[in-house]
Amino acid sequence: MKESKIRGADIVVRALIEEQADLIFGYPGGAIMPVYDALYDYHDQLRHVLTRHEQGAIHAAQGYARVSGKVGVCIATSGPGATNLITGLADAQIDSTPLVCITGQVAAHLLGTDAFQETDVVGISMPGTKWNIQVRRVEDIAPAIAKGFYIAKSGRPGPVLIDITKNAQVDFGEFNYVRCEGFRSYKTQIPVEKSAIQKAAFLINMAKRPYLLFGQGVILGKAEDELKSFLEKSGIPAASTLLGSGALSQDHPNYVGKLGMHGNYAPNLLTNQCDVLIAVGMRFDDRVTGDLKRYAKQAKVIHLELDPSEINKIVKCEVAVIGNSKESLALLTEAVTQKSHPEWMAKFRELEQEENAAVINNDLKPSKVGLTMGEVIHNINQYKADDAVLVTDVGQHQMIAWRYFNYKKTRTQVTSGGLGTMGFALPAALGAQLHDYSRQVICVVGDGGIQMTIQELGTIMQTKAPVKIVLLNNNFLGMVRQWQQMFFDKRYSFTELDNPDFIKIAEAYSIKAQKVTDRGDLQEAIEDMLIHDGPFFLEVVVEKEDNVFPMIATGCSVEEVRLS
Amino acid sequence: MKRYTIFVITENFIGILNRITIIFTRRGINIDALTASESRLPGIHRITIEVTATEDTVIQLVNQIEKIIDVIKAFHHEDESVVYQEIALYKIPVSKLDGGLEKIIRQHNAKIIAAEPEFVVLELTGHKEQTQELLEILKEYGLLEFARSGRVAVAKRMLTIDSFVK
Repeated sequence: MKESKIRGADIVVRALIEEQADLIFGYPGGAIMPVYDALYDYHDQLRHVLTRHEQGAIHAAQGYARVSGKVGVCIATSGPGATNLITGLADAQIDSTPLVCITGQVAAHLLGTDAFQETDVVGISMPGTKWNIQVRRVEDIAPAIAKGFYIAKSGRPGPVLIDITKNAQVDFGEFNYVRCEGFRSYKTQIPVEKSAIQKAAFLINMAKRPYLLFGQGVILGKAEDELKSFLEKSGIPAASTLLGSGALSQDHPNYVGKLGMHGNYAPNLLTNQCDVLIAVGMRFDDRVTGDLKRYAKQAKVIHLELDPSEINKIVKCEVAVIGNSKESLALLTEAVTQKSHPEWMAKFRELEQEENAAVINNDLKPSKVGLTMGEVIHNINQYKADDAVLVTDVGQHQMIAWRYFNYKKTRTQVTSGGLGTMGFALPAALGAQLHDYSRQVICVVGDGGIQMTIQELGTIMQTKAPVKIVLLNNNFLGMVRQWQQMFFDKRYSFTELDNPDFIKIAEAYSIKAQKVTDRGDLQEAIEDMLIHDGPFFLEVVVEKEDNVFPMIATGCSVEEVRLS
Repeated sequence: MKRYTIFVITENFIGILNRITIIFTRRGINIDALTASESRLPGIHRITIEVTATEDTVIQLVNQIEKIIDVIKAFHHEDESVVYQEIALYKIPVSKLDGGLEKIIRQHNAKIIAAEPEFVVLELTGHKEQTQELLEILKEYGLLEFARSGRVAVAKRMLTIDSFVK
């Protein structure tokens, strides 16, 4: 469908519409102004949300992408606008989040001259993107965007950056959009090897104590049903990584808990007692494995993974099943025999009781005066919707919220896993909420992290996104303080915070706010918050020096997981 | 640690070399030598990287290189499974040319490829050990300048890049 020539900036916007982008986040500036001018014409087809900082824009795009499964889009100008995206790019890269980021760039004839707001963003963003490109001619805009969307969402998803010089945005070109469906250097469909399935099934069928770990790969591969069927036929207990949470309902009988440094007791401990370890769509992060020399040495490892470079990267496996987990899990389900492992499963349940007695009961129903982070999440569980999305920042509150939130549906977990980006939660929750106004989005955040991107309360005000913000305030950078207590002789070096009046800040942004300091008020406040029509800011003042347990200290083995 | 040759077959796009080298930089691994050239297929480049590493490391490197979107294929080989050459140039002052040097040039199969009033340039093609040996000798002859190329290599395996380019 050829037509008369249009501006490069219009090509950018029309290409986004062709890619079915419906919501984008961004911040204008000199080198991207032609694109903003074009957005003005297409605002009925493509909604743009102005954040208060480019980092807010990219985290919002990440939140949007994580709950929707679609490609998140954000726009920024050249120079500082572009460099403000870098943290989000690195975060999306390590957490496999599909993004297309468009940055303006100075005119092509000024490249390399230190022009105003010129920075080599393609060079700077190279290690933090799945792919990036600079477009200097109007005719290259549409093919670059088509390729960018294809790369961002296919295979193992990731962030893409497209840097467009100003001359390309203002020049006129033909718009003849062709979506990208692949190219020769990039193979996304790797057929699952039947022999690998047979080998894996053989090991599984022979196993006495098989154990399955699942990660975000199950969610990205849309393999939740296949995981469930596999577990139900094989009778294998299954534990989740941080980003895998939600892929299997926590009510499922095969679900045994969470892995990692602050995961559950049994899933960590029993990693070193299983005989066959099946890892699905996860990459053996060091926060999951602890000391590698003492990690699952007794087990034969089967690794189901889409990205071949993850095979044998950290843990050497007996059988590698490369491919989409949706396909490989289905084939594996056919190949295994129907079984149950009651004695082995009972071991998980026994240790679960130990964890309940030593940690969980005190966290959820404390006898002491001060409020715990755990009881806040416990109360949220009583009133939240089944498909409520939990967005968390980074630190103690993140681990506690993850430990105690009752995940029932897929794509209900949005957090910065691999990079550990403080300041992620508030803008990510905004993005998740704007994808679907009717869905409950609960943003649990600490008093440190919220102050890194607190300006996005302005975007929440302007968009009226009904995000429920729960600030767990201990007036400390709590996780660092916990480490200082445990490993640095309680030398609390620069971790205590003199905080502002958060309620006044929220109210200044016209957001309904409430502060809870007493246990007696907590339940009602949470109920009020969740039924409130619009954004709500709930500050809960929690015990200042509580610690997160269980814990596998750095350098320790999974079997050295501590309950206190 | 062993010496490996990594072959990278890639699209000829701006920045591809940067994407490859940061994989080494990030892991603190030194590239011993690197050459890039067009392949026999138009638009496709081949990059030859020489690296000293353990086999585990080199496998990780190759996996990461192959993950780059515009890279078509990457392989690694030990020295025994590639045919390779390097070229070295030596600049010697004319005043040092004597019968002894002439004998050395003959013994090493080196060539004089340029003669200027003040110096001559010798060329030797071979493995690094050979060009290095000549370098050590020529240091005694007032060597003015020395340059050695990266490795150019072809695999002994009967496999062509056409099978990866479709």
